[in-house]
Amino acid sequence: MSPLLKSIFSTGFGFAILRVMTPILLPALGVAISELAGSVNIALEGIMLMSAFFGVIVSTFTGSIWLSLLAGITAGVATGGILAYFHLKLKADIILAAIALNMFASGFTIFMLYLFTGDKGSTSSLKSLVFPEIQIPILKSIPVLGPIFSGHNIMTYIALLAVPFFYVLVFKTPLGLRIRAVGQNPNAAESVGINVNRIKVYALLLSGLFGAFGGLYLSMGYVSWFSRDMTAGRGFIAIAASTLGGNMPMGMFWSSLLFGFVNSFAIYIASLDIPSELIQMIPYLITIIALALFAMRKQMKKKRVDEAHELYSEDVISSVVKDISAADE
Amino acid sequence: MEKFILKYFTLIRTLIAILVGVIISIVLIYLISKTPAYSLKQFLLGPILSKSRLANVFENASPIIFCGVAIAIAFQAKQFNVGAEGALFLSAAIGTAFAVSTHMPALPHVILILVVAGLTGAAWGWIPGVLKAKWGASELVSSLMMNYVAYFLGLYLINSHFRDKSAGFLVSLPLPKTAWLPQIIPGTRIHVGIILAVIFALLGYYFLYHTTTGYEIRTTGNNDKFARFGGINVVKVVILSQVISGMIAGFGGMTEVMGIHHRFNWQNSPGYGWDGVIVAIIGRNHPILIIFAALFLSYLRVGSQVLNLMADVPSELVAVIQAIIIILITAEAFLSQWKYKITMKQASLEEAGNESIA
Repeated sequence: MSPLLKSIFSTGFGFAILRVMTPILLPALGVAISELAGSVNIALEGIMLMSAFFGVIVSTFTGSIWLSLLAGITAGVATGGILAYFHLKLKADIILAAIALNMFASGFTIFMLYLFTGDKGSTSSLKSLVFPEIQIPILKSIPVLGPIFSGHNIMTYIALLAVPFFYVLVFKTPLGLRIRAVGQNPNAAESVGINVNRIKVYALLLSGLFGAFGGLYLSMGYVSWFSRDMTAGRGFIAIAASTLGGNMPMGMFWSSLLFGFVNSFAIYIASLDIPSELIQMIPYLITIIALALFAMRKQMKKKRVDEAHELYSEDVISSVVKDISAADE
Repeated sequence: MEKFILKYFTLIRTLIAILVGVIISIVLIYLISKTPAYSLKQFLLGPILSKSRLANVFENASPIIFCGVAIAIAFQAKQFNVGAEGALFLSAAIGTAFAVSTHMPALPHVILILVVAGLTGAAWGWIPGVLKAKWGASELVSSLMMNYVAYFLGLYLINSHFRDKSAGFLVSLPLPKTAWLPQIIPGTRIHVGIILAVIFALLGYYFLYHTTTGYEIRTTGNNDKFARFGGINVVKVVILSQVISGMIAGFGGMTEVMGIHHRFNWQNSPGYGWDGVIVAIIGRNHPILIIFAALFLSYLRVGSQVLNLMADVPSELVAVIQAIIIILITAEAFLSQWKYKITMKQASLEEAGNESIA
């Protein structure tokens, strides 16, 4: 077997995929929850940076992993809150406000990093505690599956559990129902007494929460330090993952897994002198194609509904619409 | 006075936002620096106290002007196409590939390279444009993804096919002399690119405000339903605005390679596309104001580098300030209370005036 194939079929590669997937899946859930409430949140990059930074700072000064966790979560949720404040209260365009927040987070964390370490160099970093790695009792002794699924950082398991959590939150709770109602038709939601802005605020805060775990994993699990711009575009990749996954929990799990696979693959073949750039490009291409296909399908559905409106009188429309959506299911 | 405030409200608001940003930076410098007065002087006056630094301001402004105008044309049509970064990167890579594999006299060479780069950028803008116009796919997401595709594609092209193996680091083969943009001020790196940037900003202004297509773009941006009812081909406008946007970003990337580096040496995306978003916001999507916004941003950047070099404050100060400025400018409710008060006062004054006449 060639060395490339050998390394891909190793358990280490499977382990790496889950490891690389974690900081993409968590923010992807964050993007999705705000998207479902009808706000495009491209600030996950900034949210993750802030959480990663404050987690490490608190860990350095208090030596407590629990306080670090709390600090990271607070930072992420607060950043989501700032976005909500500027977007909903001060009427800033959410995309531009998010771009500003990303910029702010990047500049602010480097600025503070310098104040704490006194290092202006690009390699400056701050050492940190890490979240524990978990050996899963029975699973760890099973060959193949054990080395792949056991021994991960606790945040990886939190990411995996976040998927069913997201499902329950969005589809089985009153808040989830309101979030979806606001996202699908804010006017209708308002007419039945839902406070649209408040629900959007909740969604953006939740978005910050998911992002916070992603950020904490980066600086206190994936590695054990904070360095400048360490999110390296994962907040944007998360947008791709949530788009590709159609904002649905299992969909996002698979799309994040794809990004995890491709990025691990690129790392593996980089050592073999094969141009890894083309491989790394693939998930983005797939995302663009998926985006186009989703949009196309949505528009065709809308067209058919519109045609139905032209052809039939009001009372038969509803049944036709029902048929069409039934056929689509 | 109050009438003046009402008339120029958005401009005044922008200036106040900038002022707030600068004041915050001064406060930060005073909080951090051990020699605040010296640091402040370096930050605010550093760029004009030496010829080479002043030249830096203009050198850095050139690609930012290109990208600002590019972003502004898309933004004017309310297209959140943030793909200038990718268009710039890929156009520069393909333009470089074309430049090092062709031989011809200087002038046609330069023009042909720019055409290749511009076409690449235009094609790059066309894709999100079509996806949006035909099927309503979010141009924000698709252009973000296109940025990554452009990045990896550009790197692949340069690193695998046009790499200078004799150089100690990852760069492309050097551009032949015929493909260089001439310098205009000896002793600096200021090159013809800055003139091109200003020309494109002026063209962009003329296009947006004095041509039918420009009018259609602005109308679509203001209200696409109204534009459709008014007989404007919105699909065409949405695509066209993004094609032109990509093309101008493409020129910006290529002039940077031809004027400054003389080879493709970016291994990371240079970020000019995002700077373009910043100056488009500060310049309120007006190409001529964007020239000044780009010079302002570039001045701040050079000032912060001087600050970093000569004093004890990191240059990231600027990233913090520019974020604050942008968020204040985009927050429409910022100072709206003030405007409301003035408007009410004016109205009651007018009413009183009318009564006294009656």
